[in-house]
Amino acid sequence: MKWKWALLSSVITMTTVLTGCEPLLVLDPKGPQAQQQAKDIMLSIGIMSFVLAVVLGLLIFMLVKYRASKQSEDYEPPHIEGNTLVEVICVGIPVIIVAFLSYVSVQSNYIVEAAPKGYEDKPPLVVYASSSDWKWHFSYPEENIETVNYLYIPTDRALEFKLYSYGPITSFWIPQLGGQKYAMSDMVTTLHLAADVPGEYMGRNANFSGKGFAENTFSVKAMPEKEFQEWVDEVKQTAKPLTKEKFEELLEPGHLGQSTYTGTHLEFLPPPEGHNHGSSDTEAVESNSHKELEDHSQMNH
Amino acid sequence: MDILDRFAIPPHDDPMLYGSLVAIVIVTIAIIAGLTYFKKWGYLWREWLTTVDHKRIGIMYLISALVMLFRGGADAILLRAQLAVPENSLLDAQHYNEIFTTHGIVMILFMAMPFIMALMNFVVPLQIGARDVAFPRLNALSFWLFFMGAMLLNISFVIGGSPDAGWTSYFPLAGNDFSTSVGTNYYMIAIQIAGIGTLMTGINFITTILKMRAPGMGLMQMPMFTWSSLIANVIIVFAFPVLTVALAMGTFDRLFGTHLFSTTNGGMDMLWANLFWVWGHPEVYILILPAFGIYSEIISTFSRRNLYGYKAMVGSMVIISLLSFLVWTHHFYTMGQGALTNSIFSITTMAIAVPTGVKIFNWLFTMYKGKIEITTPMLYAIMFIPLFTIGGATGVMLGMSAADYQYHNTMFLVAHFHNTIIPGVVFAMLAGLTYYWPKMFGFMLNERIGKWAAWMNCIGFLLAFMPMYVTGLDGQARRMYTYSASTGYGPLNMVSFVGAAVMAIGFVLIAYNIYYSTRYASRDIGSDPWNARTLEWATHTPVPGYNFATLPQVDSNEALWSAKKKGHKLFDSKYEKIHMPNNSGVPFIMSAIFFVWGFSLVFSLWIPAILATIGIFACMAHRSFEKDHGHYISVQEVEQTEKKLRGVS
Repeated sequence: MKWKWALLSSVITMTTVLTGCEPLLVLDPKGPQAQQQAKDIMLSIGIMSFVLAVVLGLLIFMLVKYRASKQSEDYEPPHIEGNTLVEVICVGIPVIIVAFLSYVSVQSNYIVEAAPKGYEDKPPLVVYASSSDWKWHFSYPEENIETVNYLYIPTDRALEFKLYSYGPITSFWIPQLGGQKYAMSDMVTTLHLAADVPGEYMGRNANFSGKGFAENTFSVKAMPEKEFQEWVDEVKQTAKPLTKEKFEELLEPGHLGQSTYTGTHLEFLPPPEGHNHGSSDTEAVESNSHKELEDHSQMNH
Repeated sequence: MDILDRFAIPPHDDPMLYGSLVAIVIVTIAIIAGLTYFKKWGYLWREWLTTVDHKRIGIMYLISALVMLFRGGADAILLRAQLAVPENSLLDAQHYNEIFTTHGIVMILFMAMPFIMALMNFVVPLQIGARDVAFPRLNALSFWLFFMGAMLLNISFVIGGSPDAGWTSYFPLAGNDFSTSVGTNYYMIAIQIAGIGTLMTGINFITTILKMRAPGMGLMQMPMFTWSSLIANVIIVFAFPVLTVALAMGTFDRLFGTHLFSTTNGGMDMLWANLFWVWGHPEVYILILPAFGIYSEIISTFSRRNLYGYKAMVGSMVIISLLSFLVWTHHFYTMGQGALTNSIFSITTMAIAVPTGVKIFNWLFTMYKGKIEITTPMLYAIMFIPLFTIGGATGVMLGMSAADYQYHNTMFLVAHFHNTIIPGVVFAMLAGLTYYWPKMFGFMLNERIGKWAAWMNCIGFLLAFMPMYVTGLDGQARRMYTYSASTGYGPLNMVSFVGAAVMAIGFVLIAYNIYYSTRYASRDIGSDPWNARTLEWATHTPVPGYNFATLPQVDSNEALWSAKKKGHKLFDSKYEKIHMPNNSGVPFIMSAIFFVWGFSLVFSLWIPAILATIGIFACMAHRSFEKDHGHYISVQEVEQTEKKLRGVS
């Protein structure tokens, strides 16, 4: 039996070693929301490792001590119904652990569902991110530009993504900036993110959406405010306007490279009307950003 | 030829598909030829197709489950092979999508479910000292509906195309706009047919357990597997109607142009996701609770001790069953319900860890002061405890909704649910198979090969699924048919593939063990080869049709043990005539008509569909007017059978 245990432990060691090579995306956060999530993940891994260690310890103890081969032939195991103290401990400790994790979980829920902390001095940059088979369209109403399959963002402002889909349910996910949220065709969902550090990040649709799902990715580039403004100005000078015909062409199922336009599709094809009402404060944020959108579009006319 | 084109599989030039088509045809011809050559048609019809005996129905469930295990396993190997190296071209996207979809459906609904039904059917009536289930003919109908549903889904592979929208089949992706083959029609109708069967099983077993227990067996004297079956069946009765409605609505969208789940005309795609998981989450507990029951029996038997904390075990299962209906939203925290809703469901989800933890500790304390014998079933149970703890621990992690935004839709999630289902359900079923095999077939499976298989499964499992936790945290989404080398997912996915291959060896060993033991194992094993504690081991092996010549008198939840140790008298020696149900061909015929009905609906063949509907109602009408009062086995016949069996054992 020894070689089996040897094999088993080598499997576990191998996995651990392979894990240690490079920081994993989710555990290498570049923004406050992802940081919060990474913190929760590490905390729960810690607590759960303790639980696993207790269970493994008990199991090994029982197996070593009470193997039939360790006992005399005529040993008769006793009849034990249960023990109140033991059962109180078995219920009590898990209850304490779950209560603590619930507290952490609830707190984090309100953190990731609100505008990220530390960016209060400036209004968030609102980006409408919509998916179609199998692309992402990013509309910047404030800047009045639109991109396909790539996203430029400034590092000094909070980001507020308005998500919806032309087609199946997709899920907008930039692991290093924060967790994902669904984009659906009949309502708009809101995802709050922010990038602390300039850099290039992976973004993708995480929710299975058919044949082209695997390649349904986009690239994200976070940069200082000045650089971002320069890019916006450059786009405004060089890019072609986005017409209704052009946008309908973009919506055709398939894969496209990256492209850039002036104007957004929001003007001729507004996002779905339904809103998924969460807590009352997200609702307030939503109506604010709507007003902003209207303000901006008036500005542009 | 246009008409025939509808039945063709969408990608027409795949050699693998044609290979399997040819294989299926050859196997079918071989079976038909074999049955004809050995003149076994009559035997098959009399002894199996028309049987209402719970033991035979259990064995038919078992055979179906094992066949489906190998089908779903072949899917799994293909999936892992495709992902083993970056940018692999073994499968194209469409083919990969079909395979992971059918892998999920087959493994959950047509492997795990019938496996549990197999053990429940075989064991529960014996464990409560009953002669059959409450409604034997309904039981046969349940099995045949399941069987026809499973067959209907399986022919999608070669006629018309497999479903390709994931086993969760989220709309609008599963709607006509985005899923254009008939694959999703198969999904809706095949699962519907099998689901009706499952719902009937639920009603049947609740009645059986509540009304047909042996004298002296109160609810708290029931063995733990019976308790777990009772609770699982209660969950079935509450959860499956939701699936029935959801599938009916989905069928209407696909066939009759309604817009219940579509993106236009006021449809709500999230409604499908909600309905699906209102059924889907309790379904997980329908699978795991009987598995817990099996482990309870095995750990108690091979620790040579009574189950520790019996009442706490029952209580925790009741709490789990209630909570199972209060957590469905955790499957889509990311749908944007807001912090409050997510917080509520996050707490209910993590709360399940408490009763589950109680069970884990009670199993550990059952070993305390025991005399532990490591047989193959016990080996699976010992592997289950730490492996399932990992699965449960990652379940708590996934339950934390804010963090779940990062786990959702990734390989981390895939690792988690395989981590609960494989050590939890599959290992339990393999352990249960090994444990109850002697009662079913009159000989034991080889221990040496069985232990080898268990170790292969354990090591293969760790290799296959532990790396997924890592790649998930590294951003590998689930259901991607390929990835680029620059992502760095390659090496760990290769490890997963190796693990899948090791598990495959484990399952081949189990098949070999069945062959080997059938040929070489001793038939002289008595009625209680494991020195067990409950009633199913108190009757003869092979079990006579009527199970118990006289009904047992029960004094505790370990009736056989107290007969062995305390001299409790289980059986009265005076025989009486025994009333038994008659065999009937109607369940088989009616289910076969259901198959035709389903196939016609899949392809919108309205005239056959209408005729089949009439046929189904005709079968029900026939049953309503049929006078069938069963038959009696005379005292002499019982005496003869008993004498013969006692001679054997």
